[in-house]
Amino acid sequence: MAAPAEATGRTASPEAPTELLVIEAGRPAGQYLRDLWRYRELFYFLAWRDVTVQYKQAAIGVAWALVRPLATMLVFTVVFGRIARLPSNGVPYPVLVFAALLPWQFFASALAGSSASLLANASMVSKVFFPRMVIPIGAVVVSFVDFLMSLALLAGLMAWYGVLPTVRLAALPLFVLLAAATAVGGGLWFSALTVKYRDFTYIVPFVVQFGLYVSPVGFSSDVVPARWRLLYSLNPLVGVIDGFRWAILGRAFTLYWSGLFLAATVVALLVISGLWYFRKAERSFADVI
Amino acid sequence: MSAIIAEKLSKKYVLRHQHPERYLTLRDDLAVRARRLAARLRGRRLDRGMAGREEFYALEKVSFHVAPGERIGIIGPNGAGKSTLLKLMSRITEPSEGRLTLRGRLASLLEVGTGFHPELTGRENIFLNGAILGMRRADIKRRFDEIVAFAEVERFLDTPVKRYSSGMYVRLAFAVAAHLEPDILVVDEVLAVGDAAFQRKCLGRMESVGREGRTVLFVSHNMSAVRTLCDRALLLRGGSLVAAGSASEVVSRYLGEAGTAVLSREWPDERAAPRNASAILSRITLRGVDGEALSQVHTDTAFDVDIDFRVTTPGTYVGLTAILFDDEQNIVFSSINNHESCWYGRPMPSGEYRSSCRVPANFLNDGWFSLAVNLFGKGFVDGTMTRDVLRIEVLDSPAVRKDYFGRFGGVVRPLLEWRTVSR
Repeated sequence: MAAPAEATGRTASPEAPTELLVIEAGRPAGQYLRDLWRYRELFYFLAWRDVTVQYKQAAIGVAWALVRPLATMLVFTVVFGRIARLPSNGVPYPVLVFAALLPWQFFASALAGSSASLLANASMVSKVFFPRMVIPIGAVVVSFVDFLMSLALLAGLMAWYGVLPTVRLAALPLFVLLAAATAVGGGLWFSALTVKYRDFTYIVPFVVQFGLYVSPVGFSSDVVPARWRLLYSLNPLVGVIDGFRWAILGRAFTLYWSGLFLAATVVALLVISGLWYFRKAERSFADVI
Repeated sequence: MSAIIAEKLSKKYVLRHQHPERYLTLRDDLAVRARRLAARLRGRRLDRGMAGREEFYALEKVSFHVAPGERIGIIGPNGAGKSTLLKLMSRITEPSEGRLTLRGRLASLLEVGTGFHPELTGRENIFLNGAILGMRRADIKRRFDEIVAFAEVERFLDTPVKRYSSGMYVRLAFAVAAHLEPDILVVDEVLAVGDAAFQRKCLGRMESVGREGRTVLFVSHNMSAVRTLCDRALLLRGGSLVAAGSASEVVSRYLGEAGTAVLSREWPDERAAPRNASAILSRITLRGVDGEALSQVHTDTAFDVDIDFRVTTPGTYVGLTAILFDDEQNIVFSSINNHESCWYGRPMPSGEYRSSCRVPANFLNDGWFSLAVNLFGKGFVDGTMTRDVLRIEVLDSPAVRKDYFGRFGGVVRPLLEWRTVSR
């Protein structure tokens, strides 16, 4: 028998305390957090895999991350800025649009990627154990890399139009975090629902497209009448986009604090309920996927 | 102190007969709910659409202990619950009832190469796959060279695995898995891949894993592998544990139950023989094309199913059907003798006859088959069906495999003609 030469004889670290694992029906695995921690490297590897694969065909990957926002910006500038003549608070219209397109596209691609991620990794889900949450959350990271690239594009655009950032820029990561949290919350819901109901594959793109129309991407949310402003802020992307414009474009924009607070509350609820539903649904993932 | 304790472990599935798929669509679900609501509004209760639902235990009240360092084989026919048990152990799915206690880190290998990405290089896939199997990056780094040497892919480390041959791909995938260092290793029949030399290497590796004092659970249909690799074995059937004991004992029991081929059957006593109003069966035998009774059937053996019978009522008609089932009771074929040219449809004088049905070579896949014979009269009535007349094990014939060593999917394994021309 061809005994492998490298049999090391190293037994599994005898000094480490043996861990005990009890698997039971309906047991909400009190050690879920421990598993998440143990599989943190898998989270990193999955995100790294998706980013690497996307940028392997480097030219196409990079170009795609740049062309899409530029083309959309062009259309929105013409439609809302030139034809509809909406106000831009003195900021060049392309910059106004682009400052909103950044978080929007980050959110949209993160949500779409996250929602489809479980099905895309079905073979892993049915063959290996790991906290399933690392898949939809890891998918958000890929969109984040795209986002960083288009951030460079915005810097170029601002330099072109001579728009200078202020110290408010330091608050930008907070709004990025808010957008990511919204995508994670929605992604947890939709990815779990897509496993159970396959027609969510068609529902999610519709939700994303609809979201573009009800979010202030092509225009400033100052055009929304004041009495509707709070209701409008129920859409968390309103808070994110307003925050981006406020942080990037400086004095021309003010923050609508109660709206932002409402957005943060909505996002918190979305994430908490998403975690709850995902945990409930993931028990049967391997049985139905 | 046991490494594994299973207590009345059960896994229940609900089958929906209207839904061949396991998932739903929201559209259907909403439609059902709406109908239910409408019925309730009208004061009637719809019986929750239970008609098409059926509960099914893939595993029922299975209990056993495994001591640390033991190597356990899990055997049983298809559908016995072996894979379900592995899935419960690896925490891929949750038990419906019962409890499973594991002492130590468990790694499971239900498939080699899970998560491999064709665009990534061999090196990248080693790290990715290692992480998926629960290895730490530091562990992968430490054993990286061993993995590469085991897989014999040194020269292709920085080539995307989509350019690997299937042999290289499998070797790399198994190499990563073979270098896991869990306390408990759970292995499904992943060894049925790769060429014979590599299979031997894998079995050797599993043996050394056992010698290192790790607990190994090994599901296999390869009885000789179970006998050599395992100390003890569990026999599952229909979701229940039917035997546990030393590997050689349990394997012999299983082979004794399931594995005796019956290639000839005789009814010396006519009173016990299958009969109808016209005829009595006396003997059914598999014979080679040379007329000799067969003791073994290979995939490339042509054979005759010889059905001997005595016509008891002169002037009657005798019809026969040979029906072959596979080991999951699917019908492989049924063949009626109505295109037989000598006697079919003609009144037969009394006497002894033999009807032969020729089954061609390179037609059946390897595996277990069961033959049923239906004896019937004129107009396809007065039928007497005898099931399990013969139990035939069709053995793999290496001659027609060429350079492929894996399993052939399918009930049949025809040797079809292939041509490639430049155009």
